[in-house]
Amino acid sequence: MSLTADVRVDRGPMTVELDLEVADGEVLAVLGPNGAGKSTLLRVLAGLLPPDSGRVAVGPETWDDVLAGVHVPAHERRLGMVFQDHLLFPHLSVTDNVAFGLRTRGLGKSAARAAARDWLARVGIAELGDRRPGRLSGGQAQRAALARALVGEPALLLLDEPLSALDARTRLTVRAELRRHLGEFPGSTVLVTHDPVDAMALADRVVVVEEGRVVQAGTPSDVSRHPRTDYVARLVGLALLPGTGAGTTVRLDGGGRVAVAEETAGPVFVAVRPESVALWPARPEGSPRNVWPARLVSATPHGSTVRCELDGEVPLVADVTATAFAELGLAPGTPVWASVKASDVAVYAR
Amino acid sequence: MRIRSSVVLVAVAVGALSACGGGDDGVAATTTTATSDDGGLGGTLTVFAAASLTDVFTDLGERLEADHPGLDVRFTFAGSSALAAQVTQGAPADVFASANRSQMAVVTDAGLADGEPQVFAANVLQIAVPAGNPAGVTGLADLAREELALAVCAPQVPCGAAAEDVFAAAGVEAAPDTLEEDVRAALTKVELGEVDAALVYTTDVTAAGDAVEGIDVPEAERAVNDYPIAVLTEAPNPQAGAAFVDLVRSEEGRQALADAGFRTP
Amino acid sequence: MRRTREPGVPVPLLVPAVLAVAFLVLPLAGLVLRAPWGELGPQLAGPAVGQALRLSLVSASAATALSLVLGVPLAWVLARSRARGRSVLRALVTVPLVLPPVVGGVALFLVLGRQGIVGRWLDQALDVTIPFTTTAVVIAETFVAMPFLVISVEGALRAADARFEDAAATLGADRWTTFRRVTLPMVAPGIAAGAVLCWARALGEFGATITFAGNFPGTTQTMPLAVYLALQQDPDAAIVLSLVLLAVSVATLLLLRDRWLSRPGAAA
Repeated sequence: MSLTADVRVDRGPMTVELDLEVADGEVLAVLGPNGAGKSTLLRVLAGLLPPDSGRVAVGPETWDDVLAGVHVPAHERRLGMVFQDHLLFPHLSVTDNVAFGLRTRGLGKSAARAAARDWLARVGIAELGDRRPGRLSGGQAQRAALARALVGEPALLLLDEPLSALDARTRLTVRAELRRHLGEFPGSTVLVTHDPVDAMALADRVVVVEEGRVVQAGTPSDVSRHPRTDYVARLVGLALLPGTGAGTTVRLDGGGRVAVAEETAGPVFVAVRPESVALWPARPEGSPRNVWPARLVSATPHGSTVRCELDGEVPLVADVTATAFAELGLAPGTPVWASVKASDVAVYAR
Repeated sequence: MRIRSSVVLVAVAVGALSACGGGDDGVAATTTTATSDDGGLGGTLTVFAAASLTDVFTDLGERLEADHPGLDVRFTFAGSSALAAQVTQGAPADVFASANRSQMAVVTDAGLADGEPQVFAANVLQIAVPAGNPAGVTGLADLAREELALAVCAPQVPCGAAAEDVFAAAGVEAAPDTLEEDVRAALTKVELGEVDAALVYTTDVTAAGDAVEGIDVPEAERAVNDYPIAVLTEAPNPQAGAAFVDLVRSEEGRQALADAGFRTP
Repeated sequence: MRRTREPGVPVPLLVPAVLAVAFLVLPLAGLVLRAPWGELGPQLAGPAVGQALRLSLVSASAATALSLVLGVPLAWVLARSRARGRSVLRALVTVPLVLPPVVGGVALFLVLGRQGIVGRWLDQALDVTIPFTTTAVVIAETFVAMPFLVISVEGALRAADARFEDAAATLGADRWTTFRRVTLPMVAPGIAAGAVLCWARALGEFGATITFAGNFPGTTQTMPLAVYLALQQDPDAAIVLSLVLLAVSVATLLLLRDRWLSRPGAAA
């Protein structure tokens, strides 16, 4: 049921022209600033907006083919969509919201409700089925919205900024749950977001879109290590390291330990922004808790800074000024010491 | 000079204010009467008259204005009962002309008529049918036909009261489809061809021209409607009011009324 | 959740608001004060009052029902369709709001009267005559009152978030299903408010009704017509009839307000 889409949409002064493929079970993050054309892409994939040219196909089904005059309307596409502010129908109970898509596709009322309750249990809000959406918290509502999108076993799952309306704390837990559900989802997923953390944490592949065009594509670590544009560098220069938390220490899956400011426990991601990483020619004096020996793998200048990809016990990315880069005499293969303050390390549950 | 111009200013201001108030024309009338220098009629004359008098009175009003350049004649044409009600509520009229004695009685009973009202015209009912008389109406008896679309005035208004008298006198059980709020509304429905017949006044048939034909009703002689007219005790401009009543009752006025289909005494 | 205290009303709003209340309520108070309470019994006992009141309620309700059936879809078209000429359509639809109702009555004659464009055909082919029937009352009231409903519902539809309709589409609902199961329930308060306005306007309708439907007790004489004609002869009777109309409409509106217009309370 893989998705292939190669579409063009004229939006006034801007043309959105995107060519995507998403395999079964794969999560593709479309990352880009506001107005880049991400939402337009999702509306086209959903069938809410006919493309001006191109094709959209999911598995053997052609959903759009402008040349052949094919346009399958949204309600005939087997897809699920989660919106930024959940868009649960306010006049229906949570259960009836989740059952809605099953009812419109002809399932009987009690069977639809049973399936809805099953899915509410899977997203962990079984006890809230009788409530109206207005009485759910943001996180609960987004879980219900996910259940509503997945209950119909869609071939394609579209996520439109699914976490951005949530507060920071809720976002962490919902993101972790979403990651789990996406792991179990057999179809293709397209996630639109402007938050690189979402993209890094949830996606198998990332495409970065600017002004309607793909400027870079690859795995999350590829993109963050080798940013092709300034925007990408600023946006996704983030080392995301899996590990297991215990107290204020995280033992990384790839070896090494990272000291963090807050207590954690269980599986987590450690995220380090490249501007937080300081490089030293020798082990620094004083007592930074996170100091690791490393070796420079590659260096990519962007703007007034140079992005340095480091290899070692803890693989990191560092941004240093061009002057510092020259003073350190860095070249691929050069050994350096990298340090990060514990308070500059972010931790996410995974 | 200085004093005089400020007087004029005040007069203008008062006039404007009373115009805004929409009620008290008397102030403006008095002011302008005072400035009239030839001793003739001036100011504003307000006449409340039954709707059936619209054409004749408008014409007579213009003649009076032509004779007295300082005079401004204003009319309110409506159902006599509505006008009588307005007069008793204190409307600033100089003259009231009713389409029947009973509504004039409302005004005289309130002590608002200056002297005995004078009957200046009479009107009789006629059957009005659309041009060509599609339903073939020949007389009052036809108005009992169920399939005939018939408009009669509501019994609460004078033409309706008269119609009831005529039907009673003739022993005809009329089958109206609608009881109209005034005679013009009944006539409009004939003109539009929406009713086959209506019982209206001769004058209305005359006024409607070619669109409507009139059929005389001998039984209507039982209910001749007299039109009384009176100057009002509260008249802001009684001189002009009296002049208008005189004009209506003059040979000139009688001729105009007769042309419009009225009978004159 | 703690409720914050209601702040006071600023004086520049309070004074005109009080004047507005006085302006609207004093004439009603005048009617009540001036009413011949002693004659109330005999006046109301007459069959004409009950007949006119029943006809008014039935015809205003029928006009509201007809307005709902035709007006809600029209409001949807105005709010949601992207067809050109929508603004012209909206202007045309609101014409009855500014047209003197009597002219509206004449206009109805020109279309539905015996000599009217459509009415002539109805009369000759189907032997159906509309003027001077209760049907004509309902049509005249609908003509005058439906724009109130259309405008209210269109406003409610515009205020409603159209993305809910997108969400419904992604859940397999075609536009008709979306309209029935999502749009309609979401704008229900707006529709109820529009229907109440429409009903109130229909209940008070006079000009178009007396012109197009005429005035005949039992078939076409609604309360406003009865009031107007009573005024020609017996102002006291007119006041009594007005009070009846007033009492019935206020009672109905209060009742509807409690049942329909209050926002649906949160489920326990």
